[in-house]
Amino acid sequence: MSPRFLPHARLATLLEHLHERGFMTLAPQLLDDAILYRPLTSVDNLPHGVGVEQQPGSYRILHRDDQRCFAWANGPQALKPLTFSPEEILWQARRDAQGAIVFDAPSTKLKATAVLGVRSCDIAALKLQEAHFLDGVTRDSSFAAQRDSLLIIAVNCSHPAATCFCASTGDGPSCSSGYDLLFDELDEGFVIQSGSEMGASILAELPLASVTDTQLNAVELQQRAATLQQRHLPSRNLRDALFASLDHPRWQSVAERCLACGNCTSVCPTCFCHSEHDEPALSGEVSTHLRHWGSCFTADHSYIHGVVIRASIAERYRQWLTHKLGSWHDQYGRSGCVGCGRCIAWCPVGIDITEEATAICGEGVS
Amino acid sequence: MSVPHEAEIVERIQETPSIFTLRLRFTDPEIQRTYRFAPGQFNMLYLYGIGEIPISIVSDPRDDQLLDHTIRNVGRVTSGFAQLKAGDRIGVRGPFGRGWPMQQAEGKDVVVITGGLGCAPVVSVIHYVLRRRAQFGRLTIMQGVKHADDLIWREQYEAWSRLPDTQVLLAASQGGPLWPWRVGKVPVLFDEAQLNGNESTVMMCGPEGMMCASIPELRKRGVADENIWLSMERNMQCGVGKCGHCQHGGHFVCKNGPVFPLPEVAPLLGIRGF
Repeated sequence: MSPRFLPHARLATLLEHLHERGFMTLAPQLLDDAILYRPLTSVDNLPHGVGVEQQPGSYRILHRDDQRCFAWANGPQALKPLTFSPEEILWQARRDAQGAIVFDAPSTKLKATAVLGVRSCDIAALKLQEAHFLDGVTRDSSFAAQRDSLLIIAVNCSHPAATCFCASTGDGPSCSSGYDLLFDELDEGFVIQSGSEMGASILAELPLASVTDTQLNAVELQQRAATLQQRHLPSRNLRDALFASLDHPRWQSVAERCLACGNCTSVCPTCFCHSEHDEPALSGEVSTHLRHWGSCFTADHSYIHGVVIRASIAERYRQWLTHKLGSWHDQYGRSGCVGCGRCIAWCPVGIDITEEATAICGEGVS
Repeated sequence: MSVPHEAEIVERIQETPSIFTLRLRFTDPEIQRTYRFAPGQFNMLYLYGIGEIPISIVSDPRDDQLLDHTIRNVGRVTSGFAQLKAGDRIGVRGPFGRGWPMQQAEGKDVVVITGGLGCAPVVSVIHYVLRRRAQFGRLTIMQGVKHADDLIWREQYEAWSRLPDTQVLLAASQGGPLWPWRVGKVPVLFDEAQLNGNESTVMMCGPEGMMCASIPELRKRGVADENIWLSMERNMQCGVGKCGHCQHGGHFVCKNGPVFPLPEVAPLLGIRGF
């Protein structure tokens, strides 16, 4: 189907239509001085006229002169918490008076959820998480169920932040696949196209106008402008360069700045590490076994019978970077970085992955 | 993720003051009947209210009666397991991972090299070879321990040393008055080992320093890298290559290993921090 046009004033019809189809809609909203995905009850709650300035270690909300809803790059979280919960129950163990243990898997009932405002980098990250959690032999049923509940309404990124480098990783700023609906936002409204049968059937129900050549030109110019980003990685495949540089002095110098706080792994849309723990009830009759997001920046992550394999911050940062940009190629055939820049903005000391990778691997690695 | 199956501790054996073996049977007869594993694979053992630990399976896969797990009391979960007794119930998930290359080793000499507590994962190999003696060539068992007192299954080693076509070589970094074997680390044993490099499959388990020190000795004696297999140990929580803790470069040790042919892990082997 060719692109159609939806004026800002009619956006509420999309929300109503999704509601009629049984979808809960999550959309970006301004909360605590950041853009966060929350249930959307009214299009008035979208971040109209909000912009975001991001720099290493800095995320600041700006107020713009227009009424655009998506004139910012991203917030601290992508889709990851929606498909890979920050904490979830794996099973419950019940023990009776005789000491017998019964294990119950959690029963999950998920509500169909439409996510509005998904970025190209977020879709790329979702694909990487799918590769990890849904690989044929050991499919993660919880991830699969949560993924299947999502309808993806993407918005091509028109305002990349200074921290963005998706153009260099090949993951943005415009979407090429992986969405049900795709928007380009202009001052007067949205140019919309579908990317799935479900998306097409939703479009068919909306009061859309045809798109003018002026609008199409504006979209094209906007998409091209968004590719002009300040940051970039030296190459899309740094695997060999990184593993040839395991003794590089830069690992020590970045370790002297890094707090090993794990903010980067928490905001990274592809980091998949998690830890498991038990929460026994006070009654002693039931114990809940959960998983929660983990981080390779903690000592616990590599603990093994009395030994911590990565005792130093230098070893932990090296593990993170050599995995993200290096051994990810061995695991899933590409780098684990989608260029969203969150780890740069949300690092409390402003460590910049593009700067560190360039310092270690050199500029223009082939 | 699959939930654990309940198992009962049929017998608990105290091997040394800090090492014990739990002999398990699934309480569901159907699970017990259909459960299959290969030597070198491991289970996640769950202690009610505390958590899970990965423990390799020591018993022989032909023995469908009991599943033996030998555990050293070193941490929060293992100290809980240490307090269990016969009749207590635990959870078992598994088996996980790639085991030892037993079929590939058929018709060849088998060399088992272990250090520290590493012997548990390869004891299953020793049992496996001895119960199918005609299918394998010479069996060489090389074991290093820190202190003479750390050697578990001492009578077993002595019994093995008396078998035909079987050589047992033991070394302790610190010997003792009743230590009849060598004093030193595993590499000191190689001058006595009767190795036919071309015809041997080597299975190693234990501290990476020990494995790294043994590899040049094996190469000197003509063992090709692809015939050297190692069992790697890393933090494991899920057992199915999802939680990320066990990564060694691009490998998920729980899923792609824990047993690897040397060429797969050689680039990062022994490098601190991986």
